[in-house]
Amino acid sequence: MSTSETLTVGTAREPEAEPAPRRHRRKGGSTWGRALRRDWQLYSLAVLPLLFFVIFRYLPMLGNVIAFRKFEPGGSIFGEEWVGLRYVKMFLNDPTFWNVFTNTLILGALTLIFCFPLPIVLALLLNEVRRRALKRFLQSVSYLPHFLSVVIVAGLVMQMTAVDGPINALLGYLGSEKISFMQDPDWFRTIYVSSEVWQTVGWGTILYLAALTTIDDQLYEAARMDGASRWRQVWHVTLPGIRPTAVTLLILNIGTFMAVGFEKVFLLYNPLTYPTADVISTYLYRMGLEASNFSYAAAIGLFEAVVGLVLILSANVISRRTVGTSLW
Amino acid sequence: MVTTHDMTRGYRVFQWFNGVVLTLVVVVTLYPFVNILARSFSSQTAISSGEVNLIPKGFNLTTYKIVASDPMFWTNYRNTVVYTVVATFIAMVMTTCYAYVLSKKHLKGRKVLVGVAVFTMFFSGGLIPNYVLITGLGLKNSIWAIVLPNAISVFNLLVMKAFFESLPQDLEEAAAIDGLNTYGILWKIVLPLSKAVIATMILFYAVSFWNSWFAAFLYMDRSELFPVTVYLRNLIAGATGADSFGAAAAEVTQVGANIQAVTIVLTVLPILVVYPFVQRYFVSGVMLGAVKG
Repeated sequence: MSTSETLTVGTAREPEAEPAPRRHRRKGGSTWGRALRRDWQLYSLAVLPLLFFVIFRYLPMLGNVIAFRKFEPGGSIFGEEWVGLRYVKMFLNDPTFWNVFTNTLILGALTLIFCFPLPIVLALLLNEVRRRALKRFLQSVSYLPHFLSVVIVAGLVMQMTAVDGPINALLGYLGSEKISFMQDPDWFRTIYVSSEVWQTVGWGTILYLAALTTIDDQLYEAARMDGASRWRQVWHVTLPGIRPTAVTLLILNIGTFMAVGFEKVFLLYNPLTYPTADVISTYLYRMGLEASNFSYAAAIGLFEAVVGLVLILSANVISRRTVGTSLW
Repeated sequence: MVTTHDMTRGYRVFQWFNGVVLTLVVVVTLYPFVNILARSFSSQTAISSGEVNLIPKGFNLTTYKIVASDPMFWTNYRNTVVYTVVATFIAMVMTTCYAYVLSKKHLKGRKVLVGVAVFTMFFSGGLIPNYVLITGLGLKNSIWAIVLPNAISVFNLLVMKAFFESLPQDLEEAAAIDGLNTYGILWKIVLPLSKAVIATMILFYAVSFWNSWFAAFLYMDRSELFPVTVYLRNLIAGATGADSFGAAAAEVTQVGANIQAVTIVLTVLPILVVYPFVQRYFVSGVMLGAVKG
């Protein structure tokens, strides 16, 4: 933000045209008074949005104190009395918690392993398609699943994996037994990750395709002059060109690692598949809203949120130290 | 980028391989849609014997008639439309106002205002406190339980902010000299220049509200308040329940499966129809958002 820009914008915004340079004398509170007098109309536009953030984003954060307080439904949203770490100790000693914790890690890791690199591969393949109309068609088709409600995706998954569905028809054709996929805990992770890949990989190529178009053609030219093969061009020119995009997306992916798609798991799982499918968020949903252990569930939820925050902060720091790219 | 002297034998093999892979991607992506469409028109017997693949077997419209004659389906469909329109409108007003404020670089306290929004991307209150809050505010069984907690998406906010920052300042300055106040500048100068980004934002919000179901599932107790996504969810959940009861319920499940197929087709149809026309707006919106990260 350059000084001259600040000044012009500052004066223009203000009908009574106060001499601009005065703004630079910092006198604590008085500058705030002046800013308010000059920009009160702008500030007024921020009032409702700020109310929204305070009520619907920050109040719930504070509401997490019920993890350390006794809560009674219908009572104060901040609970009744302090109970210290009772609920934290409770979930740390709860074997089911550690089971769902492990499931969350596994499902998150599998999602990351498949859903992070595949868009890069698909983008590189799409980038080699030279007929523009064909390329546009391929992009349109691969973006499509992104726009579907998770309920519809779950419905499609159920239909595809049904005992009378096409996957079982194929198995029958190949001569193997029918499998009731949705009832079998051994299949849940495969199904979940496949549906995630189906829905997200196409859309995930957008940013890579954009990054690919910004790579200077002269770099390829120079590489060819040096006798680089197609593979070496990809390795030495294309991949470095999309590295900043990849790193940024990797940080974001790691940050949301723990937030395994609650809605999709919730729609796809059932008591038979709990051993592999139950994750932290679904467990706390059942504990909190079905069994009404609000404080216990809030303690688990707070744990999950803090781990998520720590993950994204550390991923950001690590990437800034190692590859020099970071979110902020 | 690729010139003819690149067409070595290895590269031609690669192009062939690439064609096969991309064809597979298209087939895998589209197959579920085609299959579900075929199922929705097929007879129960053909479906349960697992014969339906790409084309309907035992073509009939019975299931469509059953679904279409359920008044609850249409009530829920209408709810989806109402919720989407109201929620998108409110979200647009809130997002536009805040994004405009955040785009004014000279504004004192701007960094704090941006921080208030961005922090919520990385840390959130979580399910339980939110539920307690919404219930405590008495928003259960009202449209506001869906609209208000989702009035600003920070991603969309940052996209709009980036766009507003990219607008030339001279026009606004000239308008200010002509005596327009901030509201006038926003309404008469900035918004007319921002039609493209507004269209994109409306689409982003509309799709997310159209697709959402969990807020309604959580906060609506009466089925006449459900959006169609919850209607579909309850169908699916019913079917899984029946599945686990084994053979006795097999027939019920089958009918359920066909009704599911029809309901999925009817729910997904508006998106498929509109999608080809609006897709480019989404792409440009994502790009705009990516610039600002």
